[in-house]
Amino acid sequence: MHVVDGVLSAPVLLAGAGATLAGTAVGLRALDHRNLPVTGVLSATFFVASLIHVPIGPSSVHLVLSGLLGLLLGWLAFPAVLVAAALQAVFFGYGGLFVLGVNVANVALPAVLLAAALRPWIWREGPVGTACAFTLGAGSVLATSLLVALSLALSGEAFWLPAKLTVVSHLPVALIEGFLCVGALALVRRVRPGFLAEVWQP
Amino acid sequence: MALGHSSAAWNGQALSRDGGQLAAFDPRLKLLLAAAFALAVVLVEGSALKAFFVVVGLSLCVAARIPRAKLLRRIAALEGFMVMMVILLPFTVPGPTLFTVGGLHASWTGLFQGIDILLTATAVVCGLMALVGSLPANVLGQTLASLGVPERLVALLMLTVRYLDVVGGEYRRMRNSMRARAFVAGTNRHTWRSVGHLVGMGLLRSIDRAERVTDAMRCRGFDGRYPILYPFRWQPRDSLAATAAMLALTGVVMWSML
Repeated sequence: MHVVDGVLSAPVLLAGAGATLAGTAVGLRALDHRNLPVTGVLSATFFVASLIHVPIGPSSVHLVLSGLLGLLLGWLAFPAVLVAAALQAVFFGYGGLFVLGVNVANVALPAVLLAAALRPWIWREGPVGTACAFTLGAGSVLATSLLVALSLALSGEAFWLPAKLTVVSHLPVALIEGFLCVGALALVRRVRPGFLAEVWQP
Repeated sequence: MALGHSSAAWNGQALSRDGGQLAAFDPRLKLLLAAAFALAVVLVEGSALKAFFVVVGLSLCVAARIPRAKLLRRIAALEGFMVMMVILLPFTVPGPTLFTVGGLHASWTGLFQGIDILLTATAVVCGLMALVGSLPANVLGQTLASLGVPERLVALLMLTVRYLDVVGGEYRRMRNSMRARAFVAGTNRHTWRSVGHLVGMGLLRSIDRAERVTDAMRCRGFDGRYPILYPFRWQPRDSLAATAAMLALTGVVMWSML
């Protein structure tokens, strides 16, 4: 879901950069020498997860896991996504330089907000917790694809069709992310009961 | 390296690494030039000049000795939907007719706009990889810090790079043990739950590892930033290269706008 340089209009680029700057500033205020290592290791974990591919019919999609990142790191997800996106642009050629702000905001913003909204119920046993986990995984991917579509659509009428196709093509990805999120949180709950809900502090 | 990010691998604090003919220049110069180059590529008008910048970017990659296979793989890394967009543009942008398929009208304007996007994206990525991607990650961190990026963000970047290979190794071990138990990924709920479990276990192990790392780092007096052992030294040839590059880039951009 990386947009490359040369597509988006200047106002969209500026808005994305502004959102990323603000989010990163909030995140950096919470970052100190105690939680730096855990943020770094988790940022690396999500980077590696984005290289995992899950088959979907004859093709495959890679994991995003932004919802889980938002749940574990809160606002620290902004600097973590910024670092991962910058590394991907420089060492892998995904994305670009001036679109960095838009790409980071599109992924981090929905993840942080959705995770904050679902946090009170997500650790409950039974269907409520499962539904929240699914909503977190599927919803953050869906919201990201909507934001990507919005960035494209605001950049010119010619991009309306690609914007719509972006959302449609990410629907199966969102579904898979939802099930993955349910599986991941179920395992965490079983292996370390109460840990993420009560003990964990990023 | 199965994960393919070996060029981002941690090189400790040593500054020696083969960066080709560009290695001699100050990393700060390279980072700023990468940004100036990208700006020039975005600002310049016309497919011919954008193509010229792609050639410049590719030459820089050759000069920086970026392995050719890696370079091609990364240029091809434009994700599916970007390619799809370039294919769709002729049909969504109005203009003189290129051809008509089953009542759909494709325009030259859209085709050129699509080609411009591809050229811009390729040139920016080539410039970034040649000038910034050839730096070892710890030097990149030091460069960013000396250009005013907050130290904690830089420390986060260095920690992330440091643990990419470690976490990647852990993932491969878990994936192998799944394979040893005859797990085959498919399009079904079982796969998604199993990969979900893999992710959950990976997260817990990462959190545990981070706890040990934090303890070990605090033992050694880590206070949120990395000490800089080798300060950069700006040489006359850096000033010369900076002046020449800025003149050339400004010249090309001005010329294209005339």
